[in-house]
Amino acid sequence: MALDQVNLELKGGKSYALIGPNGSGKTTLIKSILGLVVPTSGNIQFTGKSILNDWKYREKIGYMPQIGRYPENMRVGQLFEMMKHIRKDKPKVDEELLDAFKLYKIYDKRMHALSGGMRQKVSASLAFLFHAPVLILDEPTAGLDPVSVEILKEKIIREKRMGKLLIITSHILSDLDEIATEMVYMFEGRIQYSNSIENLKAETNESKLNKAIATLIRQRELLESVTE
Amino acid sequence: MIRIALIIGMVASCTLGHATTIVIGAKESVTRIKDAIALAQPGDTLLIKPGIYREGNIILQKPLTIKGEGYPVLDGENQYEIFTIHTNHAVIQGLKFINTGISSINDLAAIKLLESQQIKILQNKFENTFFGIYLANSSHVWIEENELQAQAEFEHQIGNGIHLWKCNNITIDKNKVVGHRDGIYFEFVTNSLITNNHSEGNMRYGLHFMFSNNDEYRNNTFMNNGAGVAVMYTKEVTMVNNSFIHNWGSSAYGLLLKDIRDSKITGNSFLENSVGIFMEGSSRNHIQQNKFYQNGYALKLQASCDDNIISKNNFQQNTFDLVTNGSLVLNKIEANYWDRYEGYDLNKDKTGDIPYRPISMYGTIVERMPQAILLWRSFLVLLLDKAEKAMPILTPENLMDVSPAMLPYDFN
Amino acid sequence: MTRIIKYIFYDILRTRFIIFYTAFLLVCTFAFFQIDGDFGKVVLSLMNIVLMAVPLVSVVFTTIHFFNSYEFIELMLAQPVNRRSVFLSEYIAVATSLCLAFVIGVGFPFALYGAWQSISTLLVTGIFLTLVFVSLAFFSSVLTRDKAKAIGVALLFWFYFSLIYDGLLLWVIYTFSDYPLEKLTLTLIAFNPIDLARIIMLLQLDISALMGYTGAFYKNFFGSNMGIFFSASLLMLWVFWPILVSMRIFSKKDL
Repeated sequence: MALDQVNLELKGGKSYALIGPNGSGKTTLIKSILGLVVPTSGNIQFTGKSILNDWKYREKIGYMPQIGRYPENMRVGQLFEMMKHIRKDKPKVDEELLDAFKLYKIYDKRMHALSGGMRQKVSASLAFLFHAPVLILDEPTAGLDPVSVEILKEKIIREKRMGKLLIITSHILSDLDEIATEMVYMFEGRIQYSNSIENLKAETNESKLNKAIATLIRQRELLESVTE
Repeated sequence: MIRIALIIGMVASCTLGHATTIVIGAKESVTRIKDAIALAQPGDTLLIKPGIYREGNIILQKPLTIKGEGYPVLDGENQYEIFTIHTNHAVIQGLKFINTGISSINDLAAIKLLESQQIKILQNKFENTFFGIYLANSSHVWIEENELQAQAEFEHQIGNGIHLWKCNNITIDKNKVVGHRDGIYFEFVTNSLITNNHSEGNMRYGLHFMFSNNDEYRNNTFMNNGAGVAVMYTKEVTMVNNSFIHNWGSSAYGLLLKDIRDSKITGNSFLENSVGIFMEGSSRNHIQQNKFYQNGYALKLQASCDDNIISKNNFQQNTFDLVTNGSLVLNKIEANYWDRYEGYDLNKDKTGDIPYRPISMYGTIVERMPQAILLWRSFLVLLLDKAEKAMPILTPENLMDVSPAMLPYDFN
Repeated sequence: MTRIIKYIFYDILRTRFIIFYTAFLLVCTFAFFQIDGDFGKVVLSLMNIVLMAVPLVSVVFTTIHFFNSYEFIELMLAQPVNRRSVFLSEYIAVATSLCLAFVIGVGFPFALYGAWQSISTLLVTGIFLTLVFVSLAFFSSVLTRDKAKAIGVALLFWFYFSLIYDGLLLWVIYTFSDYPLEKLTLTLIAFNPIDLARIIMLLQLDISALMGYTGAFYKNFFGSNMGIFFSASLLMLWVFWPILVSMRIFSKKDL
């Protein structure tokens, strides 16, 4: 999905919910921030510096992809070893999730033998591993069992309290309700709405985030049909 | 009759009895060869001591034996022919000839024989001579164990090593000729024997003969000559056990046969020549039991050749075994060993059960377009040749060896 | 970067393909030795392998490897690692393992028979061809996201350089055979790394083939220091241009 005229500022200490229908450009936006997708025009800055042709800034980002893709022949343990090895500059690692998910039990399993949920656990553990001040989580709870979802949510909230910048996309809006403070709504590659969740709820007179968003979308559609 | 013989015998014993040896040298009573020749009686021996002799052109018209001791040097000072011989029964032995004159009008030679008979030229050395040994209208001459060495940059600056014109009954044995125009040159020379010679690095041909019938060449080596060996317009020649090695270049042939008839080419080795044998206008020759190894073309058989028999030769590791420019099959090719043969021998008679076609499509292409040699050993060429083997289009279908040998012949 | 290379190496070794490739070369070389004890002939037989199998294996293995390690590349690129170093690490790891397989597979039997000298040219050209075709395979891999398509393009490179190009060359020679073609053909050879490698090997190994015929011209050229320098730098060019171009594409590529 191509992004079109996206103008967005994400501030430290806040947590952003990135919302939008399938194919609205959420993942593309995240990938652009990570430098996985290179914009044809425009600029992305990280702490005031352009990220184009830069890669150092990524050490400050912990990323949990929507679909975790890993070398299939690698064992889970090897994967963690490798990631630690490649980022030798970070001697202190955060293995809270690793322990909470009991991943050491599956250290001998090869990646291709893992279920979707297991993979998600690996991805999540990797994202938090290096104490990154910015966390980008793409559908973090998808495919996880309820217990693991709770573990992950608690971890996210803890991190948030430490003043980290969080960017989260999810279809399960109730999850976001507890975590996010800001909301960015994307549609067809554009940012349709960007505001704090408090304001959104006030605007739509709804107390639940999912209701508020549903109302917002209806309003937008109405507006568009009129302008057309 | 008996009386005549008796008289001749008496005369001979008389002269032999009085034969003397004249010693020539700086410290001897005779210091010049010319003086010695003037002094000498027929049958005398001149013994030349070591030293350098600069006497211009020496003319010998007496039957003398001229011998060198420790290779005295006869210097032509880059101007003169050294020995001009017109006599019978003479021997020239153990001399070293250097620096004859160079002339494009006269064929200046170190030793020139004109209308002479019963001459022996033995164990001489020749350095930087225009022509080395030059024979015209002579017969019964033995040229043995001479060494001829020349260094010239261009063909016109140098004559032939051993040059024979209108001679017969000549023996040329164990000579070494290096760096001349033609190593050994024959024109109208008949009934002669050429054996054990080594001809190397000559600018044109290692051996070159024309109109020289009934000669026999054995055990000679022709190496690294500019254009290999050329034999032309001749019949009844025997070439046995010679080696033709590394005659390399765009018009170099191990052996060039042009208008050769009824001759025998047997037991020779052709190694690393651009073309092993090139045959043109030649008929009724037997080419048998030769070894063709690592030549560009082992055999180029022009369409003007007929009734030749090519059999029991070994063809190994040549780029191309055989090419021809015609489509008619007028020669007999049989029972050769071809290392490219891929047939089988079910009845174990050591002869392949299916015929071998020695002409490859690529060979034909290169024959027409020499630049195509660049594609040698490429995948494309491999495919082309396989395709052509299955379905001959470019190559003459009937040109084949119907009884190819399964194993190479052992000629040693 | 060395850390990344290390992990790619592990990965390549795990697939065992490289081991099979080494074994295949070993078997071939030993088999040639069995058939013919003459080193020269063994080298000539190996030459066909170098000219056909080595480029083919290089392109196929490289493209498959590239797409199989897509996940790894993605994973790496989300880390604080330079794209170029990830890409170069991939290249170095793949090229080194293929070259090692080749050198061991062909060189070991020769070392065993004590005939190192006779295959130095073969080894060097083989290594060059491996590098060139790994480069070309990387190039075709970054051109498209579709694995099948990339393998198709890579195979096309191989097919083009080992067969089609020579067909065209033959056609040129045929069409213009009345003109002096030496310089032209020499130039055209430079545009095909396989031809270039073939000519270099021919001049070293199979001297009788070029026969001093038209061959004399090429021999003078390629046999001279100038010619060796020329052909080596051309092969270098064939190694470098595809890899540099593909690195450029890769550094702008969306994953």
